Amino acid sequence: MKTEIKKQFRWGLLFFLTPVLLWLILLIVLPQIDLFVMSFRSENDAGEMVWSITNYLNFFHEPIYWLTFVRTATYSILVAFFTFVIALPVAFYITKVVKPRFQGSLTLLLLLPFWVSEMVRVYGWMILLRESGVINHFLLKLGLMTEPIEMLYRDSTMILGLVYTSMLFMVVPLISVLDSLDDSLIEAAYDLGANMWSILFKIIIPHATPGIVSGSIVVFMLTLGNYLTPNLMGGKNSLWFTEQIYNQFIASFNWNQGSAFGFLLLFLSSLVIWIGLKLSRQTLSKVVQ
Amino acid sequence: MIRSLPQSKGYAIGFKLYVLAYFTFLFAPLLVTCILAFNDSQFPSLPWKGFTLGWFTANLPERVGIFHDQINLDSIWISIQTAFFVTLLSVFVGTCAAFLFEQEDFRLRQLLYFLMLAPLVIPGVILGISILMFSTTLGIYFEEKWNLDVGLFRPGFWLVVLGQFSFISTLVTLVVSARLKKFDRTLEEAAMNLGANRFEVIWHITLKYLRPAIIAAGAVAFLMSFENFNTTLFLVGSEATLPINLYLQVRDGSTPVINAISFLLIVGTSMAALVNLYFSKKEV
Amino acid sequence: MDIDLSAQNVTKVFEEFTAVDNVSFEVENGRFFSILGPSGCGKTTLLRMIAGLTEPTKGRIEIRGENMIGISPNKRPVNLIFQHLALFPMMDVGENIAFGLQRRGEGRETIKRKVSAILDSVDLSGFDKKKIEQLSGGQQQRVAIARCLVLEPTVLLLDEPLGALDLKLREQMKVELKKLQAKIGTTFVYITHDQSEAMVMSDYVAVMHNGKFEQIDTPQNLYNKPQTPFVAQFVGDNNIWSGKIRKAEGLSAEIETDDGSVFKTKVDKALKPGLEVNLFLRPEAMVIEPDKCIEDLNRFEVIVKSILFDGANSRLLANPVNANTEILIALPQNRQYDYIQINDKIEIGWNKKSGICFKKNED
Repeated sequence: MKTEIKKQFRWGLLFFLTPVLLWLILLIVLPQIDLFVMSFRSENDAGEMVWSITNYLNFFHEPIYWLTFVRTATYSILVAFFTFVIALPVAFYITKVVKPRFQGSLTLLLLLPFWVSEMVRVYGWMILLRESGVINHFLLKLGLMTEPIEMLYRDSTMILGLVYTSMLFMVVPLISVLDSLDDSLIEAAYDLGANMWSILFKIIIPHATPGIVSGSIVVFMLTLGNYLTPNLMGGKNSLWFTEQIYNQFIASFNWNQGSAFGFLLLFLSSLVIWIGLKLSRQTLSKVVQ
Repeated sequence: MIRSLPQSKGYAIGFKLYVLAYFTFLFAPLLVTCILAFNDSQFPSLPWKGFTLGWFTANLPERVGIFHDQINLDSIWISIQTAFFVTLLSVFVGTCAAFLFEQEDFRLRQLLYFLMLAPLVIPGVILGISILMFSTTLGIYFEEKWNLDVGLFRPGFWLVVLGQFSFISTLVTLVVSARLKKFDRTLEEAAMNLGANRFEVIWHITLKYLRPAIIAAGAVAFLMSFENFNTTLFLVGSEATLPINLYLQVRDGSTPVINAISFLLIVGTSMAALVNLYFSKKEV
Repeated sequence: MDIDLSAQNVTKVFEEFTAVDNVSFEVENGRFFSILGPSGCGKTTLLRMIAGLTEPTKGRIEIRGENMIGISPNKRPVNLIFQHLALFPMMDVGENIAFGLQRRGEGRETIKRKVSAILDSVDLSGFDKKKIEQLSGGQQQRVAIARCLVLEPTVLLLDEPLGALDLKLREQMKVELKKLQAKIGTTFVYITHDQSEAMVMSDYVAVMHNGKFEQIDTPQNLYNKPQTPFVAQFVGDNNIWSGKIRKAEGLSAEIETDDGSVFKTKVDKALKPGLEVNLFLRPEAMVIEPDKCIEDLNRFEVIVKSILFDGANSRLLANPVNANTEILIALPQNRQYDYIQINDKIEIGWNKKSGICFKKNED
């Protein structure tokens, strides 16, 4: 029924299509292709640009590169897992335990910090954790320590910062998926003699799987591509892969090497997302909603 | 277990404590940042040396408050301009995309839809470098071919705008599409039946219906742009946006003026968030 | 009389499925014309084609003699009242009604005058600043009608606009719509699956089935002289016996039903003995315990199975003696039959003129 009315209004299609095509082709498709092409170009001994896979070979020959790569991927998975473990009880509390009249304001409170710039949030952690920071100050005051210690620039603080930064993207899908879980299912399980743990693993987690998957994918991806938090909270030795990319681009000015790294990162993130979607039998368009 | 079931005291209290701890974790850094903006000290740290508004208003050699700090003020202004243009562009293109994917039928629709989602999956850093590379490639090409030096192709204000626009448009598209999906298309048929042409239908009926979603999407776009770091980092020229500028200062040691800026940002964005929430609640 | 709307051989094929199959009809100026059919019979598609929201695969649609094929919906002199009204929620009542006038570029003053005049005529004076959601179902109905009528369309199309209302309001709106149409004299084309709506309001009713028109006639004729088995079954309630012609003589015939009764009935055309037929008989055509002296009645005995009390529409559900056929018999509520109990054996009689007979498998 729709199609025939459309035929008379094809200029409408043109009007909508043009800006969208310009956007997607000029800013997404062509730059990604360029990135891919440039990653296969490098300087030969004579100083000329030639086609080669040198950039990728460098990646595998230099342990620091691929170790950073593996480290970044592993930590990103860890971050996604921690975020999930911390967020699940909170999402459960808000959707199922707290009195309904507090639900709205608690949710609002939960989301509020994430409207604030990531830069500001990381800065907040820095003044809390650093050697002259607020936590050290109180610990010394209370006499729990005699010497201040540097809590920043450790892997654990970096993970803390990344978990904090990504929390929103786990909490929101979890809340929405738990909200759709019928209370009476839990009541029925309880009535049939299940304890808390069996309810958690047999009822809640299976029901929440779509939310868990989409939350984890987004958290993983954002962590993988994060530059600010590892750089500021992990310090100079944070060895995050985005820093390698930045170094190639800005410090060494070796854009071709940088493109190869960028492409590898893109490949990794797409791969993990693809595996995540396959394992949970979901589609990208469903997850983004 | 849940509110309708009897629960043991330990369970209830334990759960409450956990949630309390979580909220402390959530708000501690922000709260500390805000408080230290008013500490009369040269460093953003304790001990508390008394209350001052100096980090906002002072204009002394050893202490320049944010209202007199030209570099930071400039970067705030640049961020506002950037966010303004990004919002304008992405709301326009995102709304077009929403109409395109919800109301039009054409070949390759699925492929294009998938492409539209791609910026969500591409890390911001990659978006930044790929756009930087492509614009440089274009710049070199234009220069060699026509001996044209196009400023747009070099890192700078407009490249930042384009870079942020490239992924913020996707978010706008998703927000507007979600509302357009719920639109009753017989309203459009009714308008057409009453004598409106396609343009009038969209203008008087569909866009009016979409207005709350467009406003909400615009607000989100503005904030996302204002706060963006990862993509901007690679595209920024001499005019640093606020997050970039803050980053450079924090990396090289900081003064409480950053706390003052953060305080303003926290208050400002919280207000914006509340207003946005109020509007989206009102027009469900 | 002038022909306002004419359709010739209109056909609409959706991929494999033929929604409207070679339909032709004409509607005279000022008529209330209904298209009645079960859901999925193609009536909505037909209406959308008249409005221009769907293009026919084949055929011609003319309004006042002008061909409408290829003319976009916003340029046609017809207006449509949508099933769910499609009032614009983002506008108030006045803006809704003014919408079409503004599209025509009429002056501000003219629009104001016309809006208030049309609101008067649908008894909603002073409602122009109200929000749509503040109105009751019946008021929304009237706004939807006003929004179309203010444009003075040649034909007003109505797509089951009463479907969403509750029963009481629907009864009331039926009468109101009929009065309104008589007052303003615009040609109405009304589609519905509710036979009572069609019968009460219309001058002419077309019964539609599987994309085809079965019969176009006055409500009285549809009820009393159905021309197809579908119409006989769909319009009003009917008892159906299948059986065979035993004897035929001109326009009267004797039928032996499968459950063993023998009835005399008139037929429309001569039927040969041995032919398998369906006999249709309205519940109210049967008289309970008819007077012995009335001649020319088919008489048979039934056993009452159930009394279906429904006010003026009460019926008896009964089986003929020694048979399982279920038949419905009208039960007038004049206290005359209060004595009837379940499992009573009663005599039923019907005049042979009341029966309607169709060859089997005609549908």
